[in-house]
Amino acid sequence: MQKKFAIKVNHLSKTFGNQKVVDDISFTVNKGEVFGLLGPNGAGKTTILRILTTLLKPTAGDVNIFGYDIKKESKLARSMFGVTNQYAAVDEDISARENLMIFSRLNGLSKNASKARTNELLKEFSLENSADKTAKNFSGGMRRRLDLAISLITRPKIIFLDEPTTGLDPRTRTQMWDTIRNLVKDGSTIFLTTQYLEEADTLANRVAIIDHGKLIKIGTPDELKHNLGDLTLSLKVTNDNDITRAIEILQASLNTEPKLTNNIITTKCKSTEQAIEGLSHLKDTQISISDLSIQEPSLDDVFMNLTVGKN
Amino acid sequence: MNIKRNHISTIQNIFTMAYRNLLKTFHNPDHFMDVLIQPIMFMILFGYLFGGAIAGGVQAYLPIIVPGILIQTILSAASGSGTQIKEDMETGVFDRFKSLPIAHIAPLAGQLLADILRLTIATTASLTTGYLMGWRPTVNFGWIIVVALISIFTGWAISWIYALIGLLAKRATMVESISLMTMLLLSFLSNAFVPINTLPKILQIIAKLNPMTYVIDAIRQILATGSFPPVAWIVLLFGLGIVLIFAPLTVLAYNK
Repeated sequence: MQKKFAIKVNHLSKTFGNQKVVDDISFTVNKGEVFGLLGPNGAGKTTILRILTTLLKPTAGDVNIFGYDIKKESKLARSMFGVTNQYAAVDEDISARENLMIFSRLNGLSKNASKARTNELLKEFSLENSADKTAKNFSGGMRRRLDLAISLITRPKIIFLDEPTTGLDPRTRTQMWDTIRNLVKDGSTIFLTTQYLEEADTLANRVAIIDHGKLIKIGTPDELKHNLGDLTLSLKVTNDNDITRAIEILQASLNTEPKLTNNIITTKCKSTEQAIEGLSHLKDTQISISDLSIQEPSLDDVFMNLTVGKN
Repeated sequence: MNIKRNHISTIQNIFTMAYRNLLKTFHNPDHFMDVLIQPIMFMILFGYLFGGAIAGGVQAYLPIIVPGILIQTILSAASGSGTQIKEDMETGVFDRFKSLPIAHIAPLAGQLLADILRLTIATTASLTTGYLMGWRPTVNFGWIIVVALISIFTGWAISWIYALIGLLAKRATMVESISLMTMLLLSFLSNAFVPINTLPKILQIIAKLNPMTYVIDAIRQILATGSFPPVAWIVLLFGLGIVLIFAPLTVLAYNK
């Protein structure tokens, strides 16, 4: 029977001593989607990931991966996924090629198939030129690429990524994002944890926000943002003498309370149309604008809003 | 394209893990030192340095020191398992192994299988260096093999203890210093390099309590008489006892 979900988590809890690190969390991850688990440091992201990948036993609750119960059929469940942990877990003393060969063999590939797959992955992840260097001498980005390549040996149906871009420079991060997008194109389901809202926003189809081990909110990035509502309009007028008048006009046309900081006027507005209307009023009164932006609420706002006062 | 995955037996996985472990030994100069460079260096150094003072000459000293260095090398090769396990845990490689669709025990078993090969290399290096320096045992070659097997078995038993230390320790550097300290104490406070009766009273007691004294004693007796003395049986039983106690504890700590 074909199941619709890739991962199903049911009332999952994990207690260390008397500390509840994961507190009654339930969610499902659909096939082929990128699911982001977002939360601050210490929220329980890694613990959840370690339970899902059978490295930790849950205190209570069930996890099902492509129909396999991780407690009763852990070996089968493990054959469904690849994991990339937070700290690129590659074998430092041996070369990239040896790393890939060994993990291919452990994954059940024949010697020839292992060789072929190793060459394929070295090429795919641009590691051909350093294939025979020991991983110790790799840069952070190269290590991550090798790490990810190892996770992809069997073309797993689900790929778990624990903070895949933490500690990477912006360029390598963008490369990593592209790689992840390509994986989705090939039909993989991705489960990633991140503390970067931007990352969840650009990559994830759905995001679960967790804090202190509890699931706070789950939905698409747009849904989460819509819950928060308004757009933010910020502008600067060319002539500082116009500031007071500009504020009055915006206040009247948008029916809000504009704020002024460092000569920048910011105000909430319901829609882009409304913002344009307010701006046209300014134009009618000959006030010229030197700087302008309209921003959707970011996941940052959502996040701050949901976790504020709790940390 | 789908990747064809064969059903792989646990035994095969253990061999792959052991292969990986040996690769690490040969790529990493630290680990390589323990099994190959150290016995050669110590054998030459100690042989020529103390030979004259202790036995009146290198040739006369070799029958004493060859078993001594052999066991010292065995100790340090055995301690390598703890360091490597801890390193794998720290780098997250162990987690990666554990999340593979292979038997849970394969990584640990692979480590201990690789230990046997490492111990074999260490034993061969020690005995060969001794031979090159002029050590000529009078017993036939079969007894040399028996000596090698006793040494390897003893080392393997001890590597279970170090594996447990590796699993329980907080840091890899801590495992390393524990290993070095126990290796030095156990090898020097024994009959490895000097006759026990030349030691001060307290050290004599310690040396007689040191299990390594009995291992070395057994090896020397085998090499001198070409027979299997009672002390060699004690050594084997003691080794077996260590495995029976520490193997379950290690597996328990590993599964936690």
